[in-house]
Amino acid sequence: MAKLSNKEKMKIPRQAMPEQDSAVRRNNFEEVNLGFTEELAKMEALRCIQCPKPTCVSGCPVGVKIGDFISLVAEGEYLKAAEKIKEDNMLPAICGRVCPQEEQCEVKCIVGKKNEPVAIGRLERFVADFERQHVGIREPKLKSKTGKRVAIVGSGPAGLSCAGDLVQMGHDVTVFEALHELGGVLIYGIPEFRLPKEIVKAEVESLRKLGVDFQPNTVIGMSDTVDELLSDGYDAVFIAVGAGLPYFLNIKGENYNGVYSANEFLTRVNLMKAYKFPDYDTPVFHVKDKNIAVFGGGNTAMDAVRTSKRLGAKNAYIIYRRSDVEMPARKEEIHHAKEEGIEFIYLSNPLEFLGTADGWLNGVKLQKMELGEPDASGRRKPIPIPGSEYILDIDMAVVAIGNGSNPIIQKTTPDLTYTKWGNIIVDENTMKTSKEGVFAGGDIVTGGATVILAMGAGRKAAAAINEFLNCSN
Amino acid sequence: MYKIVSAEFIAPNVKKFIIEAPKIARKRQAGQFVIIRVNDNGERIPLTISDANINEGTITIIVQGIGKTTKELNDLESGEYIHDLVGPLGKPSHIEKFGTAISIGGGVGTAIAYPTAVALKQAGNYTISIIGGRSKDFVILEDEMNKVCDEVFVTTDDGSYGYPGFVTTKLQELIDAKRKIDLVLAIGPIPMMKAVAEVTRKYKIKTVVSLNPIMVDGTGMCGGCRATVDNKTVFVCVDGPEFDAHKVDFETLERRNRTYREDERLALETHTCKSETAVLKTANEL
Ligand SMILES: Cc1cc2nc3c(=O)[nH]c(=O)nc-3n(C[C@H](O)[C@H](O)[C@H](O)COP(=O)(O)OP(=O)(O)OC[C@H]3O[C@@H](n4cnc5c(N)ncnc54)[C@H](O)[C@@H]3O)c2cc1C
Ligand SMILES: Cc1cc2nc3c(=O)[nH]c(=O)nc-3n(C[C@H](O)[C@H](O)[C@H](O)COP(=O)(O)OP(=O)(O)OC[C@H]3O[C@@H](n4cnc5c(N)ncnc54)[C@H](O)[C@@H]3O)c2cc1C
Ligand code: SF4
Ligand code: SF4
Ligand code: FES
Repeated sequence: MAKLSNKEKMKIPRQAMPEQDSAVRRNNFEEVNLGFTEELAKMEALRCIQCPKPTCVSGCPVGVKIGDFISLVAEGEYLKAAEKIKEDNMLPAICGRVCPQEEQCEVKCIVGKKNEPVAIGRLERFVADFERQHVGIREPKLKSKTGKRVAIVGSGPAGLSCAGDLVQMGHDVTVFEALHELGGVLIYGIPEFRLPKEIVKAEVESLRKLGVDFQPNTVIGMSDTVDELLSDGYDAVFIAVGAGLPYFLNIKGENYNGVYSANEFLTRVNLMKAYKFPDYDTPVFHVKDKNIAVFGGGNTAMDAVRTSKRLGAKNAYIIYRRSDVEMPARKEEIHHAKEEGIEFIYLSNPLEFLGTADGWLNGVKLQKMELGEPDASGRRKPIPIPGSEYILDIDMAVVAIGNGSNPIIQKTTPDLTYTKWGNIIVDENTMKTSKEGVFAGGDIVTGGATVILAMGAGRKAAAAINEFLNCSN
Repeated sequence: MYKIVSAEFIAPNVKKFIIEAPKIARKRQAGQFVIIRVNDNGERIPLTISDANINEGTITIIVQGIGKTTKELNDLESGEYIHDLVGPLGKPSHIEKFGTAISIGGGVGTAIAYPTAVALKQAGNYTISIIGGRSKDFVILEDEMNKVCDEVFVTTDDGSYGYPGFVTTKLQELIDAKRKIDLVLAIGPIPMMKAVAEVTRKYKIKTVVSLNPIMVDGTGMCGGCRATVDNKTVFVCVDGPEFDAHKVDFETLERRNRTYREDERLALETHTCKSETAVLKTANEL
């Protein structure tokens, strides 16, 4: 193709990503987005004007060299593009799918000032998928063995990326995971239709090939404690246990049958494959033709409500106490949810769950809200409207109002320093905790955040651990 | 994969497994449990660590086959493997020198009460145990209890062995005989635990029960195991499984445990079908 001027480039419209039709996909668990074809990817890559001072990079928490990889895509050098991305991002197939690009890299794209921004996430996803499908994930060269051992607690994105870096630096790495599957929220939380589990498994497999030792079915704190890992010969420990303690609403009736936390509902469906019951043994509430309400407005709430639609819900509601403007979920997810027929009830707050005499949920008492002044989070605060209570008939409820930190590590490692919410306090640059040789990162430090931030924290920690190991001799 | 070192039925439908799990054997304390998954499509189910042998690196679990997963487990023989096994989970039993402690086990509950009875004895308590079963065949661990307890009473519902009647009948007798009782630990079916709690409530005898809600992860991540204790919500897998019997809302626990009743029936049917096809297959091959 002849070289295009920037003006010509600006005329190319943002390429849409093919996706499953909403009428079809609401009945299956297959991936919604189908990914760019080579033609679409090249065309989209041409839209990047290769800014000398690319502002997009400043929006990416790990500083992916966006312009460079996109220019390789435009040249059809997809494998080189993949290498370029991986200099900064270990999990591009995953981040390309689940990063909130519209608030990160893409919002900073210069093309976006006048037109729609370059579809950085979709290109990243295309490149990673191309590599995986054509040559498999390629293994980097390993440095010679250092003989140092590092224990990583938790196999979410923070743990996996830290493991990947450390093993390449020549250290022996063991990843301990409480569940029987590896991947953290990527496996048990985010549904198949947004992030196929095969992709997460491929990432784990490539780390295994590099020599990372995975120990699933191991709850650190209950089996070995962090102190015992250190005294058993590990030279450093990275704690990446995520934010895995579901908050409930603490209202009357919350223990009726049919009220779930999002963690439980999604774990049953994703990790335990309840959508394939009885081929898989774990059941979940019979959603078919029932009315389902999901409380909350984040990604977790969207995942839960869209899952319930796929299980056959008649009416599936998102019930959120603020308005659409304040909803924290990704725009793309909200848009997809609406297309799939999810009903959004804004400015409503649950007061009480109602149930039958034998203990099954059958309704919720809601109160209407109005927005007042902005609160500490900068969002306008919802204020109850007296006398506005009403009842909505529902058969199942999912509470998706966030997660706190799991107390097992805190109880068994009391000499780390924690915030009053139980998050581990670390040095922001090195991920060092108050305890010698112990590092932490990801959601256990920040509270529920994003995959890319967790990944970035894992890599920062790996660099600091490497330095610590090379000095501690 | 976790190797089964030995597997034998000790009562109808109740099988005792010794499984290789050296780390868990070293770590476990009385009252703790493991979560297992029999195979790759399997459900995660909690089972109490009934005993452990640190030298051999094994743990003992005792399983009553009541639904698909427990029956599938009980189909396994020594030399075979369990797909996933994680533990120890849950808080250990609270052990101190109370004085006289009565451990009551109903049915397979005796297997769950046993390790705590051992720990209570080791802490210097005078230990009594009351173990109940539907009939003689369903009484388990009588010899083991005899070895660790100062007194053992066996009751059967149908009177075919030991004292006729329920465990509560025997407990009431001991109370009526003005025996000094400082702690009662009751583990078994919910109606039995509820009945024991009602007996001891009147006399303000400290009573502990081990709750058996439906669990998924067993680490506090899902909240599926929540129960109401003292009008507050607890996560049984991390806050328990043992709680003050006089504060537990047994009704809520009972009805939450019924959540998947229809599915459990369906799953069990597919299990039975599979076993039947297996039988048919062998028949054809013969
Ligand atoms: C439903 C849902 C949807 C989401 N959607 C998005 C999205 O679209 N985009 C986005 O960027 N982010 C999303 N997030 C947030 C994102 O998934 C998290 O921020 C990220 O996974 C955090 O990574 P982590 O490595 O810190 O922890 P996690 O992914 O939580 O992994 C922690 C792991 O540690 C294990 N563990 C815990 N305790 C122990 C222990 N004591 N011993 C051993 N192992 C232990 C856990 O079992 C878990 O596997 C979503 C989150 C949820 C729940
Ligand atoms: C802490 C704890 C310790 C236990 N220890 C023992 C033990 O040592 N020996 C023993 O035989 N049993 C024990 N149980 C009970 C055992 O977990 C259940 O019998 C088993 O899960 C039933 O599964 P199933 O598929 O065979 O039966 P299903 O037909 O699926 O269920 C039968 C009943 O078992 C319960 N149940 C079902 N699924 C689960 C689950 N995932 N988690 C917990 N309960 C469930 C429900 O009450 C249900 O109604 C324990 C339970 C708990 C919570
Ligand atoms: S990692 Fe996420 S934020 Fe960074 S460039 Fe890729 S999609 Fe954008
Ligand atoms: S800001 Fe946009 S146009 Fe500029 S380099 Fe980044 S992606 Fe390309
Ligand atoms: S089983 Fe999930 S929190 Fe207890």
